[in-house]
Amino acid sequence: MAVGSTAVPAALKRKHRRETARTLAFLSPWLIGFGFFFAYPLISTVYFSFMRYDGFTAPTFNGLKNWDYVFNHYPFFWQGLRNTLWLVVVMVALRVAFGLGIGLLITKLKTGVGFFRTAFYLPYLAPPVAATMAFAFLLNPGTGPVNHLLGDLGLPQPGWFTDPSWSKPALTMLAMWGIGDLMVIFMAALLDVPKEQYEAAELDGAGPWQKFRYVTYPNISPIVMFAVVTGVIQTMQYYTQAIVAGKVASGVIGGSGQQFEPGYPHGSTWTLPQMVYNLGFQRFDTGSACVAALVLFAISMAVTSLLLRRRSGFLSSED
Amino acid sequence: MTVTTMTRPTTASPSTTTAAAGAARRRAVLHWVAVHSVAVAAALFFLLPFVFVFLTSVMSDRQALTGDLWPHQWQWGNYLKVWQTPGFLGWWRNTLLYAGLGTLLTIVSSLPVAYALAKFRFRGRNLALMAVISMMMLPPQVTVIPMYLFWAKQLHLTGSLWPLIIPMAFGDAFSIFLLRQFLLTIPKEYVEAARIDGCGELRTLLRVILPMARPAVAAVALFQFFYCWNDYFGPQIYASENEGAWTLSYGLESFKGAHHTDWNLTMAATLLVMAPVIVLFFFAQKAFIEGVTLTGVKG
Repeated sequence: MAVGSTAVPAALKRKHRRETARTLAFLSPWLIGFGFFFAYPLISTVYFSFMRYDGFTAPTFNGLKNWDYVFNHYPFFWQGLRNTLWLVVVMVALRVAFGLGIGLLITKLKTGVGFFRTAFYLPYLAPPVAATMAFAFLLNPGTGPVNHLLGDLGLPQPGWFTDPSWSKPALTMLAMWGIGDLMVIFMAALLDVPKEQYEAAELDGAGPWQKFRYVTYPNISPIVMFAVVTGVIQTMQYYTQAIVAGKVASGVIGGSGQQFEPGYPHGSTWTLPQMVYNLGFQRFDTGSACVAALVLFAISMAVTSLLLRRRSGFLSSED
Repeated sequence: MTVTTMTRPTTASPSTTTAAAGAARRRAVLHWVAVHSVAVAAALFFLLPFVFVFLTSVMSDRQALTGDLWPHQWQWGNYLKVWQTPGFLGWWRNTLLYAGLGTLLTIVSSLPVAYALAKFRFRGRNLALMAVISMMMLPPQVTVIPMYLFWAKQLHLTGSLWPLIIPMAFGDAFSIFLLRQFLLTIPKEYVEAARIDGCGELRTLLRVILPMARPAVAAVALFQFFYCWNDYFGPQIYASENEGAWTLSYGLESFKGAHHTDWNLTMAATLLVMAPVIVLFFFAQKAFIEGVTLTGVKG
């Protein structure tokens, strides 16, 4: 094609044009979707981040005031960032470690594999709101079965979702309960490790830990990396469980307008995505909500680019 | 056992061999017991929450206020009470509409895009793929403000689920990505053979590729159905102002509000929201597990 258009026979050019039309036709649903539900709202978000707009009166230019407000005066910004960071570090690490442990356990089982696999997988299917409601009940300090059992064993009974220092660990436990997706991914990876490598390691007298360290882990490390990065991306978006747990524990639940203490208790379950909702739909401060949205966007894209670089296999194509 | 004796064809007398075999057998039994004990403990962690939720859901109102674990009398009527809660049936209808129609539109709009990304050669293909992945990773909160303004001020469709359903007719990034990953594994000879037979691209996709891609399509459909079923943020933004448009996931939360401390009714409602997803899983277990594997392993 680089030879110059005169050298290309007319028939070939026609074919090329037909192929382009065909490609565009197949891509068209997504091209419209990309423009309309991604590019347009993103540009519009940038525009509104410089405007003062309450959703009713006409927007007016506001300079950097929204940015200054969100970073320096909005009382929940840094707390939300700190909480999200806490969840990204602790929740992701524990989920990956636990998921890998459960995956390993499944591959070691000889009896009842089907039963155990289903049992371990089931909680992953529980809808997030339902699962959070279930945990809010299980962990409620007054009548919840967990504290009941802890009391019977003479152990301390934490306040869980009502105690600022226990609410994030409680959310982490909820996240570890729904480990099914990671278990399946790790199981598939573990079964792919060549048996000969284990046999060779056994002949060399390797113990269980050495076999894991020098045979299993090198084989599955790309999958571990994948689980960590996707886990970070998911946790950046952590919203439903945090907000439902806060609402149920605080006892304030209801329709759209009803206010409840953000991130109850004491802002400990307050995460980045909740800011967009709080600013835009509760405080009607569209401009500042767009600033929060752009912060979330910037962080998500930074993590995504990490994923794209680490796993170039994502972009591999056959032909 | 035979392996251990075979790898050590030493001059050991028969008696020591049986002793070694006995030790190995004991070790194997101990190993079995240890591994399965851990598995039972893990199964308790994963299953007991369901058990406690169920036991509380059939307790009397009075007993649900206590810390009791076992119901004195089994009040199956609680489920009837939940079912008769005003609005509950409407939430079911709305959820089924959102999940059913949303899934259908997603598949129809995403399959051709995935096919083009997997099997066509064109300039900007990698760029398009990167755009798909970026959209996939985008938190829904990032674009929600302009989208809400659009649906509310231009089309006056807020207070319904249409702002959530209509965009699914324009491709879903995650579904496109997953379908593409699967379509890559289909050898291009099939496509070429169909072309030689004079099939148009659309015919090739529907007649040749789709039958082979059925497991992936099933997995993507399940994922999308679950996504809609579980969605909380979407209905919170667009439907919260109109109780008649609520979905189960959104309504469930308000259920606790209306029944303040009635954990028994709340837990019955919680189980009713979980049940369809779990039943669906048992019918489509294989497709689902394959789909989860596809997200992580292929590529």
